[in-house]
Amino acid sequence: MMIQISHYLIPFIIMAILLYGTFKKVPTYEKFVEGGKEGVQLAISLLPFLLGMIVSISILRASGALEAFVNLIEPVLSIFHIPPEIVPLALTRPISGTASLGVLTDIIKTEGPDSFIGKLASTMQGSTDTTLYILTVYFGAVGIKRMGDALKIGLLSDLVGIIASLIIVYLMFG
Amino acid sequence: MVHYIWVGMAVIGIVYAVFNGTIEEVNKVIFESANDAVFLVISLISVLVFWLGLMRIAEEAGLLEKLANFFKPIFTRIFPEIPPNHPAMGYILSNFSANMFGLGNAATPLGIKAMKEMKKLNGDKPEASRSMVTFLAINTVGVTIIPTTVIGIRMQYDSAAPTEIVTSTIIATVISTAFALLLDRYFYYRRKGRMKL
Repeated sequence: MMIQISHYLIPFIIMAILLYGTFKKVPTYEKFVEGGKEGVQLAISLLPFLLGMIVSISILRASGALEAFVNLIEPVLSIFHIPPEIVPLALTRPISGTASLGVLTDIIKTEGPDSFIGKLASTMQGSTDTTLYILTVYFGAVGIKRMGDALKIGLLSDLVGIIASLIIVYLMFG
Repeated sequence: MVHYIWVGMAVIGIVYAVFNGTIEEVNKVIFESANDAVFLVISLISVLVFWLGLMRIAEEAGLLEKLANFFKPIFTRIFPEIPPNHPAMGYILSNFSANMFGLGNAATPLGIKAMKEMKKLNGDKPEASRSMVTFLAINTVGVTIIPTTVIGIRMQYDSAAPTEIVTSTIIATVISTAFALLLDRYFYYRRKGRMKL
């Protein structure tokens, strides 16, 4: 049932936007192309960030060090039913957006996008943002020195997001 | 921080490979993975062009403002220290709507404007105000309806249903947002209670 909704969601959002744009007399195709150009730039500008991260993670993976680390933490995590393969993503997600995107790519490539871990990693990546980056950018831009409880709240919510993803993916796809 | 992660992964990998006898694999993977990254970005172009194109239509049609108006009554409660018609509230709402549509590039400058207005409201003090902490609590959770990049990566690695994770992502986001807001309230009242004592 839930999976069915996912199939309908995107085509319906697309249809709604196209119809609403037409109704509001927006030059739809022209605007689509205009926005699309931004998408090209965005993807290209992502390349050096992503390439650097993916190479670095691939070295760690190919050396066998990542597997050794995963095996090391497996006994502890299995008590809580947490797949150890997910830990590198959980560790990098709050710190760096591109690093976690690189880790996600590595997990999806190794485990497969439709595996349980692949779906879990996809959900985790999508359901939270890079806490440290956001705090640095926003507080830095306006010159705030004392962050208050923002860091604590951000990191604890990340943890809850990870646990929530785990439970939801178990319920939906497990 | 990101520098240490980046260098750390590569250096640990190479050193481990020397002792593990996997240096040959490592050597091979360096250029292979660089190549992979290029193909991944090319496949991301398709998703990003389509989505950002569509979002431009939504923007022009005034859907972002509609969304902002829809959330306004909720946000005036979440931010009790900001007057409902203050420019800070406008920027907070536009930042939230842009984030929801996955327009991160558009959302950041709006968010910075929101922070500037909130700083003015707080008498230009160099410390974070209550509203700022709440605003960033919402932002760090990252409320997005369609995780475009993730869908793009899943497509590149031949997922049978790349968008299957959309519903699970939305549910997880709702839960962590609710938690972040509760936590924000909890810390605020705890701090306030301490100051009274």
